[in-house]
Amino acid sequence: MLGHDRLLARIRNLPVLSDLLYSFIAIILALIISAVLIFISGYDVGRAYYNLLYGAFGNLYNLSQTLLKTIPLIFTGLTVAIGFKTGLFNIGGEGQLYWGALASAVAALSFPHLNGIILIPICLLAGALAGGVWGAIPGYLKAKTGAHEVVTTIMLNYIGILSTSFLLKNYFKEPGYIDQTPMIPEAARLPELIPYTRLTWAIFISIGAIIVIDLLFKKTSLGYDLQAVGENPTAAEYAGINSASKIIISMMISGAAAGLAGSSMVMGVFNRFITNFSPGYGFTGIAVAVLGRNKAWGVLLAALLFGALEAGGMSMKLFAKIPMDLMTIVQGLVILFVAAPALIHLLVRRS
Amino acid sequence: MNDIIYVIFGINTLAAAIRITTPIALAAMGGAFSERSGIINIGLEGMILCGAFAAVLGSFYTGSPWLGVFLSLLLGGFIGALFACFTIKFKADHVVTGVGLNILALGATTYLMQVLWGCKGSSPNVKGLSEVSIPIIKDIPVIGKLLGTHSPLVYIMFLLVFAGWLLLFKTPLGLRIRITGEHPEAADTLGINIKGIQYFSVILSGCLAGLGGAYLSLGQLNWFSMNMSAGRGYMALAANIFGHWNPLGCLAASFLFSYTDALQMRLQSLNIGIAHELIQMLPYILTIIVLAGAVVRSRPPAALGEHYETNK
Amino acid sequence: MRVVELKNITKRFGNIVANDAIDLDINRGEIHCLLGENGAGKTTLMKIFFGLYSCDTGSIFLNGKDVEVHNPGEAIKLGIGMIHQHFMLVDRLTVAENIIAGQEPKKGIFINFARAKKDVEELSRRYGLKVNAERRIEYTSVGEQQRVEILKNLYRQADILILDEPTAVLTPQEVKDLFTVLRKLKKDGKTIIFITHKLKETMAISDRITVLRDGKKVGTVNTSATSPNELARMMVGREVVLRVYKKAGHPGQTIFQTQNLCATNKRSHLHLKAINIAIKRGEIVGIAGVEGNGQLELEEALMGLREIDRGKIIVNDRDITNYSTAKRRALGMAHIPSSRLKRGLIKSFDLEKNIILGSQWSSHFADKGILAQNRIKKYSREVIDNFDIRCSDSKEIISSLSGGNQQKVIIGRELSGDPQVIIAAQPTRGLDVGAIEYIHNLLLKMRDEGKAILLISAELDELKSLSDRIMVLYEGEMIAEGDTNRFTEEELGLLMAGHREGVLTDVGA
Repeated sequence: MLGHDRLLARIRNLPVLSDLLYSFIAIILALIISAVLIFISGYDVGRAYYNLLYGAFGNLYNLSQTLLKTIPLIFTGLTVAIGFKTGLFNIGGEGQLYWGALASAVAALSFPHLNGIILIPICLLAGALAGGVWGAIPGYLKAKTGAHEVVTTIMLNYIGILSTSFLLKNYFKEPGYIDQTPMIPEAARLPELIPYTRLTWAIFISIGAIIVIDLLFKKTSLGYDLQAVGENPTAAEYAGINSASKIIISMMISGAAAGLAGSSMVMGVFNRFITNFSPGYGFTGIAVAVLGRNKAWGVLLAALLFGALEAGGMSMKLFAKIPMDLMTIVQGLVILFVAAPALIHLLVRRS
Repeated sequence: MNDIIYVIFGINTLAAAIRITTPIALAAMGGAFSERSGIINIGLEGMILCGAFAAVLGSFYTGSPWLGVFLSLLLGGFIGALFACFTIKFKADHVVTGVGLNILALGATTYLMQVLWGCKGSSPNVKGLSEVSIPIIKDIPVIGKLLGTHSPLVYIMFLLVFAGWLLLFKTPLGLRIRITGEHPEAADTLGINIKGIQYFSVILSGCLAGLGGAYLSLGQLNWFSMNMSAGRGYMALAANIFGHWNPLGCLAASFLFSYTDALQMRLQSLNIGIAHELIQMLPYILTIIVLAGAVVRSRPPAALGEHYETNK
Repeated sequence: MRVVELKNITKRFGNIVANDAIDLDINRGEIHCLLGENGAGKTTLMKIFFGLYSCDTGSIFLNGKDVEVHNPGEAIKLGIGMIHQHFMLVDRLTVAENIIAGQEPKKGIFINFARAKKDVEELSRRYGLKVNAERRIEYTSVGEQQRVEILKNLYRQADILILDEPTAVLTPQEVKDLFTVLRKLKKDGKTIIFITHKLKETMAISDRITVLRDGKKVGTVNTSATSPNELARMMVGREVVLRVYKKAGHPGQTIFQTQNLCATNKRSHLHLKAINIAIKRGEIVGIAGVEGNGQLELEEALMGLREIDRGKIIVNDRDITNYSTAKRRALGMAHIPSSRLKRGLIKSFDLEKNIILGSQWSSHFADKGILAQNRIKKYSREVIDNFDIRCSDSKEIISSLSGGNQQKVIIGRELSGDPQVIIAAQPTRGLDVGAIEYIHNLLLKMRDEGKAILLISAELDELKSLSDRIMVLYEGEMIAEGDTNRFTEEELGLLMAGHREGVLTDVGA
């Protein structure tokens, strides 16, 4: 409908200096502009960036916090990247994530006596499934009516957050003032990797997801189909690929990844579902995917970077009193710069 | 039961809908101009947000809400120029750039709000625009209640929509904008300055969305709050599609969305026994339904989203 | 009297030299043909003259004055007009709007639509170019669209008109009309540059001819002092016999059939009306017709890419009417699509991935959905060798190949899997003589191996030299059918213009 599919195809195939170099320059540019902003706002730039770095990597605990923030971003980054591969812009990660989170929590609470070896997979599956179904809705609408996924996924974010909150309050709420479920059983909680850091086995699950998605696109016929639909829907049709079903499947896999982001938070961090728990992981996923150039391993690196920015941003706020929203600015700038390689070309040639 | 019927068909609901329509219709018309020239404008959301912020900033420092409105036009136009520069000059993907801009706008306005006023949720109160009454109209029975007293920006919106329609369909410039979005190569061979047309359209788009933002912060309220655009930019985009890229259609479609929104707010206050989360979903669900139904029949400008290279 | 002089024009696209130090002189009031094969650099040269491209070196003199043309706007001001091969018209605007855009008559700040209509109608009468000013372009015929293009340039008071392959989309009758208009324009003092690759037209319309080959100028000759043979030699650079030697065919039993096939194109309101085609093993059936008469719809309907309203498609006695595209392919239907880049290839994929396009699930290339990389590589190498595809490596991205090689990838892919039925739509469009010859011989070889081939083409020569039988498609209807040698070229031309067989005999043609 909005006709950006061809563009998406083009942006994915730009003649590259090297993907890594581009992304690196984009990050540096974003950090320079942010430094100017920090300076104008009257803060100490050196102190700010020192705290950012220290907060992200300064000691084992800080490093574990960076990894902790990285986990949901890997999932939501994959969410956006999978969509992009099929020519779809899934901005609905946020809504899909809430559905995944609620489903995992409900699954865990429904089987309180099961052993962890069985319960954990069930909860993960429930999360992936719920996210997948929520993602399949805009996929279905796109395939059947042509309704643009950018608008529908954003609307479904609002609906997703409101509907999970409605379900929570009416069916699963723990008595009390806070809108949250009771704690999920021990068996459903992911084992901690380093004590007292809340860093759990979720990190391995997220890396597993990266491997699966990487293999999907590189080695399978389904991955081939999905990319063919993304690159050239008319040629895909010619080759006998059913675009409509591939769009739905792609959005489902994409949504499932977002659902797992929710599950990882419920089962690894909060041990319950709380309303409005996500600080916008679904949206940060866009920056992660764009920076990672929609490649599975690129997503890992980009998620690490944004995880570090989140963790470092916390300490920057704590010790340099700079609002966390600066990190949102960095995200926005990174997306803009990565989207405009011609700009980076120009700057590189000038200097 | 009578209450519900009163709410659904009541003049107050309609009047509220007209108020809610104003920012969406302005932004939707902005979207129409941008997209008619071939540039997909997902960045409307960010432009509204920046406009709302600039309006409060202007009013806060000058004490004059009208200077605030002026600043919102200026900043909206500037963001439009930035967006145009990325998409036209640097050939960045329109959708990705738009989303990046929205995230940047959200971060920047929230950040600056805290730096300037030291508070996270919302800005201090500033002088807003006071409502005006139109002499004769306000005394006509039903119409007076509906249209008689509003923020001046509501009336300006009506005028702008009509002027926008004239511009797009009755003037040489409008014809050139439409040709650029349909067939840039043809426009080029006619000697039309494609880039100039696109810059103009996208900057105009930014100004209109910015003005919509000013209405949010100074017309409806008199402060700025974090993420106060709350998806209106995306609704405007849907309204633009539903309204067939035509300012008049944009207004009609925006009104439809706004009517549901007004209804939603009134129903919430009524306490009719439906959870308010469900009622709140109404406008979002309607947007999806309308979009799914509308795009089957509507046809976007043929070269929407493409990059055209002049003089290779 | 020289009106245009192009001197030493050179233009490179990457490593390709599209124009290599070309000089061109045009006299006032002449019709000058720019003749050359596809890819010879004719259009590039004229786009430089019109300001759409900038040249690397060289200069342009207009009436003896050195001018620089940076964009079409400047070209228009200098009195240059260009009618492009792909029309530059906006479907959703009216004829009048398309003509006046950029130089709109005004009433205050608004467009004076009444004046626009009057101006267009006046111009239309003066040159005998019939158009309906208020109709939207999407509802006009190709011939009318071309008239709009010419009017557009006359409205801008162009003195020099460039026409890029204007006859490609016209029926023989429409070509005659166009030539009448061109002669009238010439009498009016206009200078006309006519880009073409067709010798006959060149001889019929031009005063002088400049021949280009591989981006270089071969020479300029007076039309009265040359012959088609000499021109052909200049174009191709060697003696050419544009003829393939076809042995008599040995058709077997019918394996492909359509029965009363009906389909609709909702956009253009074109209906395919009860199409009956039967192709035997070892037979080529050619579909003749001016483009836009249902060829695309037919091609798509046969491959399951377009919904059909009624009728049946039968392959090997099996009714495949409701089969999906994938299933038809699996049954042995191959398809060389008319729009190569839009349908036939995925530009960003490498050669290997393009060679397995459509077979990515078949057991040859995948084991239960896991791609078998080694087998794919081996097979790709075979196809590359067998079809002489020039590339550096099987992992090369397809968009870096030349047009001819891209077409060979499609043909190699489609013909390698031992197909039963081959739908070949415009298989040689835009290719150079060498590639055309290769593809023609390949199709004949396939025929002799017993394949059933449907050849949809706009080139009469191609149809005549390859087909065993020819059918003529006109406005969605098959209006004639018969053995190839039953038709003369003139008859085919008339049929393509809609003169039915009955009428033909009555006239005594």
